This record gives sequence, structure tokens and C-alpha cells, in this order.
Amino acid sequence: MNNGILRNMRPTFFYAFLGLVFMFAAPNVLQLFTIINLTTAIALAVLALSLALIWGYGGILCFGQVAFFGLGAYAYTIAAINFGDTTPAILVAVMITAAFAAALGYFIFFGRVSDVYLGVITLTVTLIFFSLIRRTSGPEYKIGKALLGGFNGVSSPPLNLPWDRSSFLFPEHVFYVAMAALILCYLFVGWLVHTRFGRVCVAIRENELRAELLGYDSRLYKLGIFTIGAGIAAIGGVLFCNGVGRITPDVFSLYNAALTIIWVIVGGRGTLIGPVGATFALFYLTSALGGQSLLNNNLVLGVILIVFVLLVPKGVAPTVTDWVMARRKKAPKRVRRRARPQTERME
Amino acid sequence: MDLVAAIGLQLAYVIANLALISLGLAIIFGMMRVINLAHGEFLMLGGYTVVVSTNAGVNIWVAMLILAPLVVGIIGVIVERLLIRWLYGRMVDTLLATWGLSLLLVGLVTSIFGASTGTTVAPPLGAIKIGTYSASGYELFLILITVLLLFLVWLTLRFTKLGLLARGTMQNAEMAASLGVSTSRIYMITFGLGAAVSGLAGGLLAPMTGVLPTIGATYIAKAFITVISGGSAILAGTAAGSVLLGGLNGIFSFVAGSTFGEIALLIAAIVLLRLMPRGITGRFFRKSL
Repeated sequence: MNNGILRNMRPTFFYAFLGLVFMFAAPNVLQLFTIINLTTAIALAVLALSLALIWGYGGILCFGQVAFFGLGAYAYTIAAINFGDTTPAILVAVMITAAFAAALGYFIFFGRVSDVYLGVITLTVTLIFFSLIRRTSGPEYKIGKALLGGFNGVSSPPLNLPWDRSSFLFPEHVFYVAMAALILCYLFVGWLVHTRFGRVCVAIRENELRAELLGYDSRLYKLGIFTIGAGIAAIGGVLFCNGVGRITPDVFSLYNAALTIIWVIVGGRGTLIGPVGATFALFYLTSALGGQSLLNNNLVLGVILIVFVLLVPKGVAPTVTDWVMARRKKAPKRVRRRARPQTERME
Repeated sequence: MDLVAAIGLQLAYVIANLALISLGLAIIFGMMRVINLAHGEFLMLGGYTVVVSTNAGVNIWVAMLILAPLVVGIIGVIVERLLIRWLYGRMVDTLLATWGLSLLLVGLVTSIFGASTGTTVAPPLGAIKIGTYSASGYELFLILITVLLLFLVWLTLRFTKLGLLARGTMQNAEMAASLGVSTSRIYMITFGLGAAVSGLAGGLLAPMTGVLPTIGATYIAKAFITVISGGSAILAGTAAGSVLLGGLNGIFSFVAGSTFGEIALLIAAIVLLRLMPRGITGRFFRKSL
């Protein structure tokens, strides 16, 4: 059984290895500015990975993944300011976010809210976070020692070494942490979807009624994968506020919520490397668009989303895989046609 | 006594406001099972229509009550023909496509008018006195027009031929089609009407809120909660959802401040959906419109 999982994970290990090579090669080749930018993109890739898990494998249409991402970032920042040490703050961030997701998920999945409503509810939760945290600009809004700062947000303390709270990591070191976290999350998710749990989740995505008739409680499985995804998004949030240096309510904006969906749609649902790759590609596209004023970012992303929904609904990675598979299959198919004309006609 | 009247008026305004911003969404959702994520942008376009046309010298009442619904209604019909009709029956894809449309519209308006607008329109009605308290006359007007709008939609659905055909299509599209109704046209008209109502609401609210390309985001969260809590019946759902959620929001805002009002609204909606996943009209008032 265990060997089977490892065999199925071969492509996952391959991409993780590529990531590892990149992690050690990039700082030697690229400039510091690019590395700092990349850290942000890596944090967003972790976010995309979490949605790829929830949506692509769990079939849960969560439009509010940025809510968990932002909540993780805020929880980390507030906890780190209060503790003066970032290692427990990371744990707190992941715990709080997962707990919040579990509570929200309980109402959603045990209320048997269907996919479309689920999207709208999670999006609404995100937007409520957005409008609430924007209002917290007064000095009365503080948690412990941390002022929430309203629209301007809070500046996040940089990561320190787990055993020494006075030795902060510099941006070039945060890059290593971020890349390592991305690779570990990728391996974890890649492993998870091949476990029994992951397979049941896929079965529920394919046909919820059938899975339930076979005796699986789909509500529990959905709640589980939703909570795990939220925890991963929180890790992304921690990396994000470390890469940027502060966290503002803008993470909860409609634009960012849409962006997350677009990464997964463009990359392809049901794959993991697709959304991660799409995140990097679109991150650089939007950065490039930010440098000019002719085309608005919203406009371009809107067109991308519409085009993909109408014309490439599967996304890039599955489309490419299908194409490669079709080319590979061509040769043996011709042989089979000659050998067994009967089956061909039946097809 | 004056205080009670003033608070009552405020509460009525919160409820009417919720009903106004949700009605267009409810029409499209109730009739076509399409959740229009570009709803906020339809409101935004209505607001821009009013601001642009009043700056061009059009009377503000004409701009709000005639031009805004007309312009946005036409945009709605175009959108339905170009985008929505390819995706009927695929709810998730419709949702994503309308989200793309929402981004597209925000981007377009930002490119044309800039990220913020300097010009706004003032509310055309002044303050009115209730004893020692003063209330905005325009808010009173909005309450009245919301009631009137709900009544008009009810009349249309209940007593006109279009309403009959639309209700028939909603209940059983195949049966309606085999009886000779062009369901495709009904869908087009319904979507256009829903968009027009959204445009009207956006136009009416423009003097209160001002206009920005991204203002849709502030409306849609509330509109979605109201429509989903209300359920699929267009009028009863919108009315029940906005009375319940608007009432809670208003009371909590009055007691504990507007931030808590919003939290109360959200929590109430989530708990409500746990108890009644199909919304209020999924359990009560089932036969209503």
C-alpha cells in the first residue's frame, strides 16, 4: 500500500526536486530584489496550492480562500508582536485559521450547503473581513500589544530562529524558508491526495451520493479537507506578510479572492503543479501590467477568466497532459485497430 | 415618541436599502438559477450613469429613474446574449464567468473614468423634521420607492402576460418551450429586467454613496446574504431576508455600533443557512412569488 502511494507520487517528487534545485540555484543567479519579489510569489503559490487541494480534489468551490490566507497572516502578526517570538506565532496562526475554518465548515457542510451557495458564502465571509478590519483604525482596536491599524494594516515582525528570538532572518534567508515551506506543502498535499482519505475525497467530488451510499460520511471528509486546506493557506499567509513586511485588509479584497480562483482555473483543477505554475506566471504578468497604464489589471484578469471558463474549462495543465497522452497513445492505437477491428467499431 | 419614530425610520431605511440592492440579484437568481457575481458592477454602472448624465445637464430625476435602468438593462441584455446563454445549466461556470465579467467591468470603468471620481451628485431632497430629530428626506424617498418597486415587480409577475410566461418558464422550461414559449427570449428579457432593476438601485444610491469603480464590492456581500437567506422566491424571499437581516443589522448597529451590526448580520445569515439550507422561503411561504 505504502509503496503504491510512493509510486503514484513519482511526478510529485520530480517537481519537488526541481523546486529544490531552484531553491539553491536562484539566490546565486538572481538579484536580491528579484528574490524578495519571488518570496511573495511563493507565498501566493502556497495559497494556490491550498485551493487546488480544496477545489481540485475536494470539489469544494471555496471563493474565500484568501480569508484563511489573510486570517493566518493577521494571526501570525498579532501573535508575534505579543509573544516577541515568531515560532509559536506560526503555530498559533495555523491553529486559529484551521479552527475558524472548521467552525465555518461545520455550518456549511452539516447544513448541506451546495457548491454554488458555498462559493457565495465563503466570498461573503471574506468581504465582511475586509470591511471589518478596514474599520479598526482607532487606538481602541488592539489585541494585546498589537494595534490593528485599520486600512494601513500592521507591520509584521520578521521571522526569527526558533532557538534564538533575537536573531532575525534577512529577506534572502526568508526566501529559503518560503521555498522550503512551498516544497514541503507540495509534498504533503501530493501525499494527502494519494492516501485513503484523499481518494475518498475525490470519490465524493465525483459523486457525492454514491460515496455516501458506500458508507462514507461526506460531510466529515469535506470538513476535513476544508480545514487542512485552510491551515495550508494560513502558512501561505505567514510567508506573505514576511515577504511584504506588513499585512493590510487588502488581502481580503474581491480582487485577491478572484485572483486565487483564476490561478486554479488557469492552472487546472485536479492538478497541483498547474495552479502553482499559474501563480508564478500570473504574478509576473500582473507585475508587468502594473508598470504600464494602458491596460488595467482587472480588465486583463477578467478577460482571462472569461476566456478560460468558456474555451479552456479544464485549465492548462490537464489540457497539456491530455494532448501529450493523446500523442503517446496514437501509435499503439493504430496497431490495435489492425489487430482487433471489432472493438474499434464498438467504440 | 420622537425617538421611536426616528429609530423606526432608520430601521425601515436599513431594511429598504437591503431590499433595494438585492432585488435585481433576486430576480435573476429566482428566475434563472444564475447567481450573478457581476451584480455589484451593475449597481456601479447605474451609479455612473447618473453621475455622468447629471454632469452632462440631464435632470437628476430623469437620470436616476429612467436613464440608469435603461442603460444597465441594455448592458444586461448584451451580456446575456454574449456570455450567459452559453452556460445555462452549468451553475459553477456561470458563477465564474460572471466573476470574470465583474473584473472586466471594473477594469473598463477604471480605464475610462479613472480609479476615483471627483464629481458626485448631492441628494436632491433636504432634511425633514420629526419633532426634535431630523431625518434625511432622501432616505424616506428611498423607502417609498423600494416599496413601490417591490409592488411593481409583483404586479408584473402576477398580472401580465410576460409575468405568466416567465413564471411558467421558471417552473418548467421544457414544458413552456413545448407549449410555444421562446424560453431563450424569456431568459434574455428576465436578465435584462434584473439588470435594469440593479441599475435603478445603483442610480438611486449614487447620491448617498458616491461612485467608484470598485464600489460594487461593498454591495454584493450584503446582497448575496439577503438573497440566499431569503431563498428562491423573488419577492417574498427578498422581503423576508431583508426584514430579518436588515432588522438585526439595524438593532445591533444602534446598540453596539455599525461594526457589530455587520457581524450580527453575517452570523445570523450563517446560522440561518444551517437551519434552513434553502433559505426562508424554502421552508415558509413556499407558494409565494
